Amino acid sequence: MNIDALVPSAIDGLMLGFVYGLAAMGLTLIFGVMRVINLAHGPVIALGMFAVYLIGTQFGVNPYLGLIAVLVLGLTLGIVMYFVAVHRVINAPELTTLLATFSVNLMIIGLGTVVFTTTPRAIDMDLGAFRTGAITILGTKVVAVLIAIAVTAGLYLFLYRTRVGKSIRAVANNRAAAELMGINTTGVLALSFGIGIMLAMTSGGLIATLFSFTILAGGVYELKSFVIVVLGGLGNPTGALVGGIVLGLLEGLTTIFMPVGWVPIIEYGIFVLILLIRPTGLFGAR
Amino acid sequence: MKSTRPQSFLWLTLLIIVAIALIPILIDSASLREDLFLTLMLVILASSINIIMGYTGYVSFGHIVFFGLGGYFAFFLMLNYQVHFVLAALASGVGASVFAFLLGIPVLRLRGAYFALATIGINEAVRSFVTNFEPFGGAVGMFFNYAVYDAYGGARNALWFAYYAIVVVALVTVTASFLIKKSKFGLGLMAIREDQDTAQVLGIDPTRYKVLAYACSAFFPALAGAIFFFKNGIIEPGPAFALLRSIEGLVMVMLGGYGTVTGPIVGAVVYERLRAFLITNPNFSSLHLFIAGLLLLVIVLFATAGVVGWLRQRVPLLRRYLE
Repeated sequence: MNIDALVPSAIDGLMLGFVYGLAAMGLTLIFGVMRVINLAHGPVIALGMFAVYLIGTQFGVNPYLGLIAVLVLGLTLGIVMYFVAVHRVINAPELTTLLATFSVNLMIIGLGTVVFTTTPRAIDMDLGAFRTGAITILGTKVVAVLIAIAVTAGLYLFLYRTRVGKSIRAVANNRAAAELMGINTTGVLALSFGIGIMLAMTSGGLIATLFSFTILAGGVYELKSFVIVVLGGLGNPTGALVGGIVLGLLEGLTTIFMPVGWVPIIEYGIFVLILLIRPTGLFGAR
Repeated sequence: MKSTRPQSFLWLTLLIIVAIALIPILIDSASLREDLFLTLMLVILASSINIIMGYTGYVSFGHIVFFGLGGYFAFFLMLNYQVHFVLAALASGVGASVFAFLLGIPVLRLRGAYFALATIGINEAVRSFVTNFEPFGGAVGMFFNYAVYDAYGGARNALWFAYYAIVVVALVTVTASFLIKKSKFGLGLMAIREDQDTAQVLGIDPTRYKVLAYACSAFFPALAGAIFFFKNGIIEPGPAFALLRSIEGLVMVMLGGYGTVTGPIVGAVVYERLRAFLITNPNFSSLHLFIAGLLLLVIVLFATAGVVGWLRQRVPLLRRYLE
C-alpha cells in the first residue's frame, strides 16, 4: 500500500466524481419526473463526446465553446426522443419504457458504429497542470469540474427558482394533480426528458476532453450512472451529484488497495446491496 | 374434451420442433445444424426469460448471467475433473438454480424498475468477478484441448452430440414452460403479475412463488450455456455474460408474445432469421443493430402483444388452441 498515492488518487477520483455525477443527474432527473429508466443513456453520453469532437475538428471550435452547442443539441435530441419513443408508452408498465428506450440505444449504437466506426478518438487538449509535490492536477480536469458545478447550479436554479422548474417538480410529485392545476404535462415531460439528455450529453462532452473514446464508450458511464443514481436515490438530482463524488472517491481510493480489476466488483456489489437494503438511496430521497 | 386441447397443442409444438430438428440429421448438413443450434439456444433463453418476465411480470434484464455461470461451471468441471459432459451440464443447471434461489430471496423483494436494475447489476458484478477469478482463467477464460472431445468420439461427433443435447433441452424447456403455465403454480405467478398484493390476499405466498419461478428460469439457460461453451471449446467472460444477448432475449419474448408458450419460440425464430438475413445482406449488414432497434420500437409502441398475442386477439378460434 502506498500512502503517498492516497492524496493524489483521492483528488483525482473526487474530480472525476463531479463529471460522473453530472451524467447520473440526467438519468435520475428523467426517472424522477416520469418513472422511466433511460436505457439509451450510454449512447447519448457517447453522442455528447462525438458532438464536441466533431464541432472541434470540423469547425475548429474550442471544445468548451462546443459544449454550448451540445447543450442545445442535447435538449433538442431529448425532446425528439421523448415524442418518438417515450410519449406513447409513458403510462405503460416499466418493461415497455425500458424496451422503448433500449430500442433507441440500439439505433444510436447501430448508426454510430456505421458513421464513426469503433476507432478510438481523442480530443487533444492541454491546459497545463498544477504541481505540488506528488500531486499533479491536470487543467482539463479542473475545468471539467468547474463546468460540472456550473451546470449543476444552473439546473438547481432552474428547478427551484423558475416557474417552469416549479412545474417540472410538480409533475414529478404528482402528474395528475399537476395536470388539474393547468400544467401542460406533456410539455413538461418532453422538456424534462430533453434536460436529462442534455445533461448526459454535456457530461459526455466533458469526459471527451479527459479520455479517449469510441461510440461504445458510453456503456461504462451508463453503468456508473446506474450505481450513482442508486447511491443517491433514484429520482434525486442532488443525490446524484453526491453519489457521483462518492463513486469517484471510491474508485480513486480502491485502486490503491487492490488491483484495478476488482473495482467494478466493489461498485456493483455496493449497487446491488444498496438496492436491497435502502432502495431510496443513501441520502433518503423525498 | 376441453382439457385435452392444451395437451394436444403441446404435442403438436414438440412434434414440429422435433421434425425441424431432424432435418440436418437426415441430410447431414453441418451448416443447417449450426443455424438450428443457435435458434434452439435462443428458444431456450427466450422461453426461460418468459417464465419470470411473461408469467410473473418481473423483468430480468441480466438473465444471461445464468447462461454464463452455467457455461463456466460445466466447463470448469469438464476441464479440471474430467466430468462427463451430461453430468457437468446437469450439475451446472442445478448450481444455477440454487444460485438463483438464494439470490432471488432478497432480490425479488424489489419491484418493477428496481428489480430490472438489480439484475443488470448482478450480471455486471458476476462478470467482473469472473474476469478476476483465477480458477476460471480470469480475463483470458478457459479452453479445451481437443483431447477432451475424444470421450465423445472426436471433435466432429462432439458437435453433433451438442446438437442433440440442445434439441433435448429445448424440448424440455418448452414442456416446462407449458406445464408451468397450465399448473396452479403458473396461475399463482400470473396472479402475482397482475397484482401482487391482491394475490397475497388470496393466499398466494409471493416470495415462494417468485423465487421458485426464478430458479426454474435459471435452470435452462445454464444448460444452454453449458452446451454452447462445450461446443465452442473456449469460454471468456465477455461472451459468457453479454448483456446485449440478454436484452435480445427480452426482444424475442416481446416480438413473439409475452406470457404465451409459443410466443418466445416464434420470437426467437423470427428474430434469429431476421438477424441472419440482415447480417448476410450486403446492404444491411452494417445497419443490422439499427434495424433491430427500429423493429423493437415499432413492436413496443404499436404491437405490445407480440405476434402470438396479436393472433389470439384477432382470431378468436385460435384462442382455444394457441397457448
